[in-house]
Amino acid sequence: MRNLLPIVTVVAAIFVLWYAAAVALNAPWANDKAQRAGTDLSFSELVADTWSQDKPKLPAPHQVGAELWKTTGAMVAKGRAFSKRSLIYHSWVTFSATALGFVLGTALGIALAVGIVYNRTMDMSVMPWVIASQTIPILAIAPMIIVVLNAIGISGLLPKAMISMYLSFFPVVVGMVKGLRSPSAMQLDQMRTWNASSAQTFWALRLPSSMPYLFTSLKVAMAASLVGAIVGELPTGAVAGLGARLLAGSYYGQTIQIWSALIMAATLAALLVAVIGVIQRITLKRMGMAE
Amino acid sequence: MIWLATGIAAWALGWWINSVLSHRPPTRATRLAVPVIFGVTLIVIWECIVHGFDISAVLLPPPSMIAVTFAASTAILWQDFVQTALKGALSGYVMGCGAAFLTAIAVDRFDFLKRGLLPVGNFVAALPIIGMAPILVMWFGFDWQSKAAVVVVMVFFPMLVNTVQGLQDTDAMQRDLMRTYAAGYWKTLLKLRLPAAMPFIFNGLKIATTLALIGAIVAEFFGSPIRGMGFRISTSVGQLSMDLVWAEIVVAALAGSGFYGAVALLEKAMTFWHPSQRSRS
Amino acid sequence: MATDTIISAKDLSLTFQTNDGPVHALKDVNLDVHKGDFVSFIGPSGCGKTTFLRCMADLEHPTAGSISVNGMSAEEARRQRAYGYVFQAAGLYPWRTIGGNIRLPLEIMGYSKSDQDERVNRVLELVDLAGFEKKFPWQLSGGMQQRASIARALAFDADILLMDEPFGALDEIVRDHLNEQLLHLWDRTNKTICFVTHSIPEAVYLSTKIVVMSPRPGRITDVIDSPLPRERPLDIRDTPEFLDIAHRVRDGLRAGHGDEM
Repeated sequence: MRNLLPIVTVVAAIFVLWYAAAVALNAPWANDKAQRAGTDLSFSELVADTWSQDKPKLPAPHQVGAELWKTTGAMVAKGRAFSKRSLIYHSWVTFSATALGFVLGTALGIALAVGIVYNRTMDMSVMPWVIASQTIPILAIAPMIIVVLNAIGISGLLPKAMISMYLSFFPVVVGMVKGLRSPSAMQLDQMRTWNASSAQTFWALRLPSSMPYLFTSLKVAMAASLVGAIVGELPTGAVAGLGARLLAGSYYGQTIQIWSALIMAATLAALLVAVIGVIQRITLKRMGMAE
Repeated sequence: MIWLATGIAAWALGWWINSVLSHRPPTRATRLAVPVIFGVTLIVIWECIVHGFDISAVLLPPPSMIAVTFAASTAILWQDFVQTALKGALSGYVMGCGAAFLTAIAVDRFDFLKRGLLPVGNFVAALPIIGMAPILVMWFGFDWQSKAAVVVVMVFFPMLVNTVQGLQDTDAMQRDLMRTYAAGYWKTLLKLRLPAAMPFIFNGLKIATTLALIGAIVAEFFGSPIRGMGFRISTSVGQLSMDLVWAEIVVAALAGSGFYGAVALLEKAMTFWHPSQRSRS
Repeated sequence: MATDTIISAKDLSLTFQTNDGPVHALKDVNLDVHKGDFVSFIGPSGCGKTTFLRCMADLEHPTAGSISVNGMSAEEARRQRAYGYVFQAAGLYPWRTIGGNIRLPLEIMGYSKSDQDERVNRVLELVDLAGFEKKFPWQLSGGMQQRASIARALAFDADILLMDEPFGALDEIVRDHLNEQLLHLWDRTNKTICFVTHSIPEAVYLSTKIVVMSPRPGRITDVIDSPLPRERPLDIRDTPEFLDIAHRVRDGLRAGHGDEM
């Protein structure tokens, strides 16, 4: 908790800067409007105006907050939490693609890592490509995957989940290969002296040793998976999901809507990563690998 | 049928060669040959599957067709590459990483800032920052400036966090040694802490290369002049000319791995002393 | 005496190929270890003492000569789980309790659950760790961890115990204590123990036979049979007999160094 005060200070500073930037960025429009109306704005009027425009260049935090409340809490209060105008609904759409892609990507990543660790041929042929593929902007193919899968009759959740899977499996492969190889030569020799089979070595030594690595890469994979789902919603003319809200907002210049979708996406990312963090802490603590 | 049989044969042959090679004592040549053979095998199989199952070129064009398109449209591809990779990604990368580096050095002087900014930076680094793209396109217009801005925002925090962590990576004994030499802050920074931070800084730089290209390409989905890799991909998808999309992806892959490779080479030259580099040689 | 020869090495050589040319880790090593022996291997680093031990354990493959363990090849002996091996570090799994760690080889070897419980209790008693079964390794001191790792090597009742500088990382006082306990254990169980060390007093105190080795190439320069009685209190180290043997070992080590100068 030693860090609490500094963190609060930094966050407060961000808000102050945000408000100041809102004044600076929105002032030209406010002055313009005033000039056309033939009035002069005093400083306090200017500030008040810049913080309450309809389509500001940069909405003030409280405007975004109000929009967020209107599309989440208020909708819940009215019992319409899953109506099309509710951000909870859009978050749910994005979340389901994220989660599905994450699960698929993790499974694929672990399977590939086991293959790479246990098969020399696979290690030498696949591993360089896995590393090389991390340097390639995979997201560029996102629109194509969606269109291609649509053309063969797969639409909805799965194409987005495929992109999420594609993005999330790389960190898992890399982390798990490292993790499964983390037992020391001594520990592996120990297994040899007991004449343990490869399966026994895997379950008793390699898999438990890889847990810290797995969780670290799961956090990265989850964040990547969410990015994948959001980008997957961009090019398709999708109507639901946080990515679709971003795109719609940018078409119609609804900056407040963009920002609220953005904050929602950030909250979702933070929540998902935090959930993995909690599972990590509990698991590692029970395994005696963390205090 | 012939195509499919060829595909299966290619798979069997490629795997057999690799299996033989990888069970020999490893040399530089096999280390290079095995992945190359694997890649070539995959491309042959791809070609065979497309012909064998008669898959429409709209869904998945065969590699040969992509190669032909690539050769035929080098002018367009080059123009897109300049627009997206050089003007958008590279300029944003330099500005973002530079700003993050300077910020890190400034932050590092104040323990209070460091303790506050590091958790916040770690948090922000995990957020879907790419979502900022529509806003920045709105602010900076459709041309490369807005793409560079997206890249700046995307690379800033990973770079900042890595650099700050790197600057902390000296142990008390090493710092005490500097103190016995009566070295001041700047001397210590220059002679001890920056060199020690190099592996971390390069880690940040490497992560940022991928992010930079992704940022520049995706930002074009939100509006761009009529050139650029992201623009070409999204419009070509609309016109169902998948061969051009794939050619563009090849360019992206080449640019991405070239960019990453260049930073990795620089890293190898500058941090040859680090265990992670030594063990590789 | 051939019938009770447990480990027998004949003209054993092992050469590593490195970038700087071949390294002769072992060259023409001949040695017989008899049942119930406590054999120490001592020598400067690079003399091949650990490599020799690893050859017995089939963790390293000799390039020439032969080695037999319990009358069979080292690999067959390993497959039959003929020996327990104790490494320099305890190497206990942090995610298993002390009991769970000792149980690990038993699980791998397919002992029944009740048999496992019984054996875990017995070996914990043997190394004086009764009552610590439920503790995790990181809750124990370094000496206790090393005792647990010895218990783990004893759990499946192999006749041979191979120990590679098991107490090297511990401080002198803990080390003395563990040495004493190890002797008791050896006395009670009548196991054959091969023990790698670089401490002369430790080697002399523990062993019935001291094998002095020297490097480049790794070879045996002297084998000293100790006349000390099996019963050895710690203060035996001040007796003239003890000092006499220690002298011989030191001379052997020095002679090994002498040839290369």
